[in-house]
Amino acid sequence: MKNIWTIAKREYNNYFNGPLAYIVALVIFFSVGAFFVNLLLYGQQQGMYGAPAPDPNFLNVVFVFLMLFLSPAITMRLLSDEARMGTLELLLTAPVRDFELVAGKWLGSVLFVLTLVAFSLIYPIIYNNFITPHIDYKLLISSYIAVILMTFALLGLGVGISAMFSNQFASYFIALGLFFILWFVIGIPANFMSSGGEIFSYMSISDHFTAINTGTVKLGDIVYFLSLTAFGLFVGTTAIEIRRWR
Amino acid sequence: MIKVRGLTKDYGARRAVHNLSFDAQQGEIVGFLGPNGAGKTTTMRILTGYMPPTDGEVTVAGYDVVEESLEVRKRVGYLPETVPLYTEMAVFDYLKYMGDLRQIPNVEDRVDEVLEMVGLSDRANGYIANLSKGMRQRVGLAQALLHKPEVLILDEPTIGLDPGQVVEVRELIRAIGKERTVLLSTHLLHEAQNICDRVLIINKGKIIAEDTTENLQSRLAGAERVALRVRGEADKDLIKVIQKVKGVEEAELKADGSVEFEFASGKDARPEVAKQVIQSGYDLLELRPLGMSLEEIFLELTSNEGKKKQ
Repeated sequence: MKNIWTIAKREYNNYFNGPLAYIVALVIFFSVGAFFVNLLLYGQQQGMYGAPAPDPNFLNVVFVFLMLFLSPAITMRLLSDEARMGTLELLLTAPVRDFELVAGKWLGSVLFVLTLVAFSLIYPIIYNNFITPHIDYKLLISSYIAVILMTFALLGLGVGISAMFSNQFASYFIALGLFFILWFVIGIPANFMSSGGEIFSYMSISDHFTAINTGTVKLGDIVYFLSLTAFGLFVGTTAIEIRRWR
Repeated sequence: MIKVRGLTKDYGARRAVHNLSFDAQQGEIVGFLGPNGAGKTTTMRILTGYMPPTDGEVTVAGYDVVEESLEVRKRVGYLPETVPLYTEMAVFDYLKYMGDLRQIPNVEDRVDEVLEMVGLSDRANGYIANLSKGMRQRVGLAQALLHKPEVLILDEPTIGLDPGQVVEVRELIRAIGKERTVLLSTHLLHEAQNICDRVLIINKGKIIAEDTTENLQSRLAGAERVALRVRGEADKDLIKVIQKVKGVEEAELKADGSVEFEFASGKDARPEVAKQVIQSGYDLLELRPLGMSLEEIFLELTSNEGKKKQ
């Protein structure tokens, strides 16, 4: 377990050595910030008419939507680059289990995104000062649980894909394609099927996210996200093992 | 310390290592000598637990490399052929990271110690990206020494180093080899002679000779070959002069105008040849021993094997 932490720590610090972390942060805070300004103006306007201000949860939808495109960039390097640079040989001959390596990489990327998530809390805090009645805190917490679970799952799958390819760009586009399907495409058949469509809507990541983000935290949704995460880490570990046998 | 029995490794249809067996004891430096693609790196990777063998039994420090891979990896220090380094990290941070992964107590003191050993203390805070190839090689070596491994496996440890550093690294390896087991690969014959107690010559995935360096040398040195150069072009008369000298077994004219001749080892014909050449009116410019190249040794060894079978 100590190895996971050692690897995660290095990976976390490593993000700030390159431009990627700052680009990701810039894109997120610029976009979410634009929606925030909008929300602030609209919320005050509603207040003037005596209507309740809208929830700030929509900001997290923007955050997560951007993460669909940005998280493959965050994870693409993690194992692909080690394989390309040959440093994987070093890690695979150190007394580190394959799972610890994959989990450490994942945890490092999760910590990085959670740092951004923590910074994004500034929006609802500011928003709270401008509206009456104040924010529904339970709803806000639920929304952030959704963001965190989403982060776990996207980065877990991303790490798994990164372990399969030595080329970063292959990792990026495969992960991007997968997230696109999970978010937009996979739920579509459910609309056309008279029966059995539940399977497709259960697989859709956006349905689960929306459910928790709008305040219904159900065990089924949590299990869905955690199983995606575990699946990603399992695929990653298996890919590393296959590398050894090849 | 290292025990290999019937090791075989296939990459798809290609057999990289074929039924390899050897041992290495504690306090012994064993050299793996062979041309590129002979299976040296593959064997080393299997010994370090990087990849499992297709067949055969390999134990390092008493642990099986497949069943108890983690135990093996704890006890092995490994310097791969292309030194893998995180170039964006500082030397000290990189070594500390590797030390943390190996859960070394007081890792920072130990890092200072190994940096001292490889002579990089003054570059501890420099980025690896800014180091020369030789320095990177030494960072890799430092990484392999961090955890005081019982077995040290070095894949081409002196490649890319300048001559002064080569001497330093060889001394370092020799010092380590007094207490621990060192297995190193090289394609340089003189390097193997220089550092190793014992040499395994490997070709096409098979061991074709295994002996102490002295024995191997005398076994191979059946005849010595010398190149001779005179002012102007050598001619047939010169060949005749050389051939007349007692002990000379063969003399031939080379296209570049020099002469090469052979004599049985132990009966040095060079002084007499020199005397005769000068007395015949030639200006002797050069008399240079031609060492046996690795390729020639392989030819020698493989052709010997062929003869034995017949």
